[in-house]
Amino acid sequence: MHRTGELYGQFETLEQQKESAALGMWIFLSTEVLFFGGLFMTYTLNRHYYGTAFGVGSNTLDLKLGGANTIILILSSLTMAMSVWASHVGKRKQTTAFLVATLVLGTAFLGIKVIEYKQKFDHHLVPGYHFQIDYRAQHPAPNDDPKEIEAEKEELSKAFAKDPDLNAHAQLYFSLYFGMTGLHALHMIIGAGMLVWLIRQSIIGRFTTTYNTPVEMIGLYWHFVDIVWIYLFPLLYLIDRHR
Amino acid sequence: MPEHIVPPKVYVGIFLSLMVLTAATVAAAYVNLGPFNIVIALAIASVKATLVVLFFMHARYSPGRTHMVIIAAVFWLAIMLALTLSDYVTRDRDVTVNAQITGMLGT
Repeated sequence: MHRTGELYGQFETLEQQKESAALGMWIFLSTEVLFFGGLFMTYTLNRHYYGTAFGVGSNTLDLKLGGANTIILILSSLTMAMSVWASHVGKRKQTTAFLVATLVLGTAFLGIKVIEYKQKFDHHLVPGYHFQIDYRAQHPAPNDDPKEIEAEKEELSKAFAKDPDLNAHAQLYFSLYFGMTGLHALHMIIGAGMLVWLIRQSIIGRFTTTYNTPVEMIGLYWHFVDIVWIYLFPLLYLIDRHR
Repeated sequence: MPEHIVPPKVYVGIFLSLMVLTAATVAAAYVNLGPFNIVIALAIASVKATLVVLFFMHARYSPGRTHMVIIAAVFWLAIMLALTLSDYVTRDRDVTVNAQITGMLGT
């Protein structure tokens, strides 16, 4: 495949080249919608049948960390959009700076996710043999707020009265929690890898006002991953906060 | 067709709207609205997603064929959700009850 400057041989103009790339990217993203869609489908059905267990599971999540992550991710979408703008108007240094900011924010998101996962391991909330939905209520850590533990115990006893199989059904919630946030995090990791490549390309001056397709395409991917989180946040963290 | 360059102030405006909507979704979750909690949560999330698609992802400034792909994606997702749910909600409720599964396994 020969290339004349920025134009690959099979295209007539740079405009056509970019529009082809955008169409291909959107088609890829529509397959991603259905890829995540299967998990959302599973979530919908199980939440419909086991609402009590899903509410209890959701309330064990740390809303402060989840909320912070939501803000961080939306902010990273802003910096990504800004780097697309900077590359369009030919501000090379700003393109690089906004890409680095996006990478830093994306990494911060993953770091907070690690803290959240660690909490779930500590509280025996990872599906499997040792799963115990009331582990934290039974074994509170010394620095846990006694009032909060009391409230959790009360919530759990009410939930067990409604759903005797709460422990099994809460595992469904946590399977979906780890499955959905895990698949989302995998997309973030891939996105971060692509950002590293973009930053390198940007530093060596590969992007100009006429050729900035990679910045824009990876931008589309990054915003899509943001949209998935926009749905995951209320569906996983905010099921039953009004107890 | 000349390329549309979206000015930064549009991006910042969209970002601020997304922040306000995030605050609204958290606030709404603390009010007991019965079955409408999930409706409001999904409605707010959909408004946020639409803003991201239209402005951050430039769909508003994209050609018709891009719109077609976006609409197709949403439509296919709707087919999956609607047809699967129409199956589940018209069957006996205990289709997923463990007793039946263990019965089938003969354990």
